Amino acid sequence: MIVDLGYGALVLALVFSLLQSVVPLVGANRDKKKWMLFGRRSAMALFVLVSLSFGALMYAHVTSDFSVKNVFENSHTLKPMIYKISGAWGSHEGSMMLWVWMLSLWGFGVERAKKIPLPVQARVLSVQGMIGFGFLLFILMTSNPFARLFPVPMEGMDLNPVLQDPGLAVHPPLLYTGYVGFSITFCFAMAALMEKKVDAAWAATLRPWVLAAWIALTLGIMSGAVWAYYELGWGGFWFWDPVENASLMPWLAGTALLHSVAVLEKRNTLGNWTIFLAILAFSFSLLGTFLVRSGILTSVHAFANDPARGIFILVLLTVAIGGAFIFYAFRAPQVKSGAGFSTVSRETAMVLNNVFLFTFCVTVMMGTLYPVFMSALDLGSVSVGPPYYLSVLLPMLVPFALLMGAAPSLAWRKGSLEKLSIPFILTSMTIVVLLTLPLHEKPLSVLGFGVGGWIVFATSYNLWKKISLKLPRSYFGMALAHIGFGILIMGITATTLWKEEKILWMVRGDHVIVAGHDIAFLGTHKSEGPNYDIDTGIFTVDNGYLTPEKRWYPADEKSTSEVALKVENFNLLYLVLGDQDKDQPDRWVVRIYNHTLVLWILLGALMMAGGGFISITDRRRHE
Amino acid sequence: MKFWFLLFMLVTASFSALAVEPDERLKDPVLEARAREISKDLRCLVCQGQAIDDSNADLAKDLRVLVRKRLTAGDTDEEVRQFLKDRYGDFILLNPPVEKKTLLLWLTPAIVLGAGLIVAGVFVRKRSGQG
Amino acid sequence: MNKIPLILFAVLVVFFVVPMLKGKDPAILESVMLGKQVPEFSLPAVVKGKKGFSSKDLRATPAIVNVFSSWCMECRLEQGTLEAIGQIENIPIYGIDYKDTPEKLAPWLKEHGDPYTAIGTDTDGHVAIDWGVYGVPETFVIDAKGIIRYKYVGAVTDEVYRAIFRPLLAELRQ
Repeated sequence: MIVDLGYGALVLALVFSLLQSVVPLVGANRDKKKWMLFGRRSAMALFVLVSLSFGALMYAHVTSDFSVKNVFENSHTLKPMIYKISGAWGSHEGSMMLWVWMLSLWGFGVERAKKIPLPVQARVLSVQGMIGFGFLLFILMTSNPFARLFPVPMEGMDLNPVLQDPGLAVHPPLLYTGYVGFSITFCFAMAALMEKKVDAAWAATLRPWVLAAWIALTLGIMSGAVWAYYELGWGGFWFWDPVENASLMPWLAGTALLHSVAVLEKRNTLGNWTIFLAILAFSFSLLGTFLVRSGILTSVHAFANDPARGIFILVLLTVAIGGAFIFYAFRAPQVKSGAGFSTVSRETAMVLNNVFLFTFCVTVMMGTLYPVFMSALDLGSVSVGPPYYLSVLLPMLVPFALLMGAAPSLAWRKGSLEKLSIPFILTSMTIVVLLTLPLHEKPLSVLGFGVGGWIVFATSYNLWKKISLKLPRSYFGMALAHIGFGILIMGITATTLWKEEKILWMVRGDHVIVAGHDIAFLGTHKSEGPNYDIDTGIFTVDNGYLTPEKRWYPADEKSTSEVALKVENFNLLYLVLGDQDKDQPDRWVVRIYNHTLVLWILLGALMMAGGGFISITDRRRHE
Repeated sequence: MKFWFLLFMLVTASFSALAVEPDERLKDPVLEARAREISKDLRCLVCQGQAIDDSNADLAKDLRVLVRKRLTAGDTDEEVRQFLKDRYGDFILLNPPVEKKTLLLWLTPAIVLGAGLIVAGVFVRKRSGQG
Repeated sequence: MNKIPLILFAVLVVFFVVPMLKGKDPAILESVMLGKQVPEFSLPAVVKGKKGFSSKDLRATPAIVNVFSSWCMECRLEQGTLEAIGQIENIPIYGIDYKDTPEKLAPWLKEHGDPYTAIGTDTDGHVAIDWGVYGVPETFVIDAKGIIRYKYVGAVTDEVYRAIFRPLLAELRQ
């Protein structure tokens, strides 16, 4: 019953999304207030309907209603409640529902934002309705989560144990909030093209939406990295896998957008470029969805693919992005000469920032899509992996980081580089100290800490010098995010270059020393979890205990490893219980890693998101 | 049906990937370090996105053992890579070789950065002239 | 200037459409072994009454080499077709038994069919690597000179035989 209601709500949502794409737009063009206001009502209705529908799917999962195919394929009666809930978006169908729900939530957000001029709001909601219509149609035609099964199975097939993790509850919702959030900036760009009005006021309206989407995407990518870090069993957090790249591309475009919006708002220039980036960021979100769902690329994250879905999303992508670019080609205003500025100025720095971020974005896109190009041209299979990205991106990261440290101290219109001498001295001193230390991979270590340190020193020094002035809150946000990025670079450098690992067989009573920690193996202990059996390895580390687990899921005939972590300063000791010796049952494979400063990566990412939060609370307006 | 076969491979591969086992490791630390470096840039064919160094797929394990066997037999790093390339093609190399068909891949970043800097330079010059 | 994104995007879409229209499965690798001599190897026998084989056996007549295993679910689907191919085409079919145990193989062959002229066991999987194998089942077509002409990834079903193997084998015979 509830399941049927959920399906009905989804169909009704499709109808509303269609109305929402037409009525407010016509209203805005003919200046009919009532028609424009319909956009608001409809956005609210859409939010309620999709929430009902998504809620019904969740209800089916929570109650283990195996008459629903999606529940049968992804659930099990013994699965813990939290994974029954998050399992609602663990499958392809469920994740598309989450996508659309996020879209309706953002639409609801636009509906609430009463400060947006009514015609702009009507146009934004109309374009949003079109996107919603496309995706709802996609769900109903190719990925219906409410499809039934008859006869009703007694037990479900269970969710892949890898997904039975709090990571699934956190990572996809955050990531999708970010992905879909850029649909709003896309809609604003379309609205601006319709009105042929791209100015500082438009930028001021857009800015909080860009920030909100960017924060969510930053946290989404971060949570994915954290999940990979503890789930994979050896501490990797980023693989340059197509699916990861799919989230990095909109992030890079979004970061560029964040900066160009600031320029447009302050200096009323870069309008065309800002519109382009606003379209681009969402285009990459759509491209990511297409790449993951179509199976045109294979990746570790490969989902079960269906060609009909791929074709549908490709059509959707072509209509949305193609339509937007056609619109852009013919409606974007001609470049006018705006206000002037000196060669050494904040404006120049921001323009260069955008050149770099755009290049990073294109590089990641090229690496991700090159295998597709090769295959289309019958040139054979090729792999583009981490070495490509590192060798191409690292050299560009150096000037980018230098610029990033310098930019905040440059004034708008005309700046000077004099204020940078003290941070420059501090950075040089850091480098000299590093050079005297015995380090692994010295040149790269010095490089990473040099550029990271430069960003941190230059930004903090600049903030300290200006603290007596009345700075807008967004300035603190920017500084925090930049310092976070500097810390992130240093964390990645340290973790990658200075990690220590021991992989060995251990029997009860064995000792080993890793990174100064004395680790002793006391044996294993058997127990049972809700839907799995557990072997717990018991270790003493220094004065405490660490208990990594190996879990066996009988329903799936699969096992997972639960790592044990010990925090020390910003380092993590990472302990994994591996395989048991078949002939000698008290002998186990043990993997021990020490990841230096790995928590700086987390700290840096949190600071970036935090900086975004501070900026978003800055409610300045340009009259 | 093919779908199930592939799905099976992907699932086993992406699953609790625990990578290098103690028994595989070579006694000689220099050779072992070389083996690790090589394996980091070799693609696990069945998991499609991971390096053999990070994967617990059976084939990845076999390839790791093979890499070590070749190194012990006296192959250079390049010979080991060539050995695998002869059997699996460029696909096994995570670092795509620079050749005619990958030229665009390797040059795009430089082209985009160069073009971007030129456009930015023109833009800044024009504006600073007015200032 | 404003039209550049549109043009680039159009090119991109073409690149997406082409592989989709061709129906390419990106998980299937094109083999680089095609057109090359079969690798040197010698595999011992594994079941009673059936010889092992080596690269020398593949240089006299066209042949099919099938990499399989008793633990491979999909391999069960192709035993019948392979048997039929052996009879209809009158071509020897060699089996490379990939990382298998002899005790399991004999009953498996009895249950699912035994199309093989000879079966060699590749216990550590290294010969399969020499062939560029990355999963089971994979099936190679070898010409009379011992050159690898074709590789199929996945189960050779009746449809696959009709669509690919029959014309290919007819061509080889000429």
